[in-house]
Amino acid sequence: MPTPMPAADVLDREFFEIRAKMLQIAASFDRIDRGEGTVEGDPRIALYHEALEVLLSDHPNRAEKIQLIFSRQYDESWRENLGITLPS
Amino acid sequence: MYYFDPHIHMVSRTTDDYETLAKMGCVGMSEPAFWAGFDRGSVESFRDYFRLLTSFEPKRAETYGLQHFTWMCINAKEAENVELSREVIKMIPEFLDCPNVLGIGEIGLNKNTKNESIIFWEHLELAVQYSQQILIHTPHLEDKFQGTRMILDMLCADSRLERSCVLVDHVEEHTVRNVLEEGFWGGMTLYPVSKCTPARAVDIIEMYGPERLLVNSAGDWGPSKPTAVPDFILEMRRRGHPESLIRRIVYENPIEFFSQSENFSYIPPNVPEAATR
Repeated sequence: MPTPMPAADVLDREFFEIRAKMLQIAASFDRIDRGEGTVEGDPRIALYHEALEVLLSDHPNRAEKIQLIFSRQYDESWRENLGITLPS
Repeated sequence: MYYFDPHIHMVSRTTDDYETLAKMGCVGMSEPAFWAGFDRGSVESFRDYFRLLTSFEPKRAETYGLQHFTWMCINAKEAENVELSREVIKMIPEFLDCPNVLGIGEIGLNKNTKNESIIFWEHLELAVQYSQQILIHTPHLEDKFQGTRMILDMLCADSRLERSCVLVDHVEEHTVRNVLEEGFWGGMTLYPVSKCTPARAVDIIEMYGPERLLVNSAGDWGPSKPTAVPDFILEMRRRGHPESLIRRIVYENPIEFFSQSENFSYIPPNVPEAATR
């Protein structure tokens, strides 16, 4: 089910909203930089960088990709890892 | 447009909210049992909570012409206390015949722990034993993907469950596909920061279609907006989606899902729908 709005209309409607969100991210990064101390090496910063690369890509499901970047990995052996046996 | 909020915690909301919801076209809601913001100390606290959900809230809703339904369980956060959880699970059947009880929920996982998994499984046993529908909470933020997959593993391992009677809630872009592909219903929660926005929920509808998808406000005691479903309706309209599609998602789908419960005695309003526009 495609969105009924033409791409150009979506851009028209959301241009200022996206611009505002970009400015918010830029200002947040600046605020972190101005703060005392450093966050260098904090793994969350690396996640931001990874997510920003997805934003710049032409991947069709950027939102899903970014969700996965900020998610713990699923391990199908979780039952064994937790040491539980559930009835089958 | 009439709509039904399939997940909202009215015990945490004021009577003014009931009035506002009624004015905005809400005709009914379902309220899963959940975490009150603090861990309760005894099974009697849960008994009182369940009495509130099955007696006081339906009356408060009725004042504004709203129909209130509910679900019974001990939530995932307090499920970490296995001993208390088992006492609560043992007590739940006392309430399953109450006229507004639709099933077991919202059960699920919070931090994806061993104890949460065990109590989740024991709730499934209860639901099967009493032929109840199930409403499931999936974890927040970084735990959601892993926890949703664990929940699906447990659900799919139990061949006794009727998948069309199970709603997996709080789905987002990275979990919705698995839930729908396995034959369950999916709920999108419209939360300001930690879950889905109305615009992203509409995106998901556009990508996956309206089949077996619901939207809810999950309004509670935290940052949340009880009128989030009308925000979703407005976003659908702004994008040019037909009224029939919007109605299906916010009104017909919840009724279709809940109608599988014996206690869903929903009576459509007498007022013509156009009068709510």
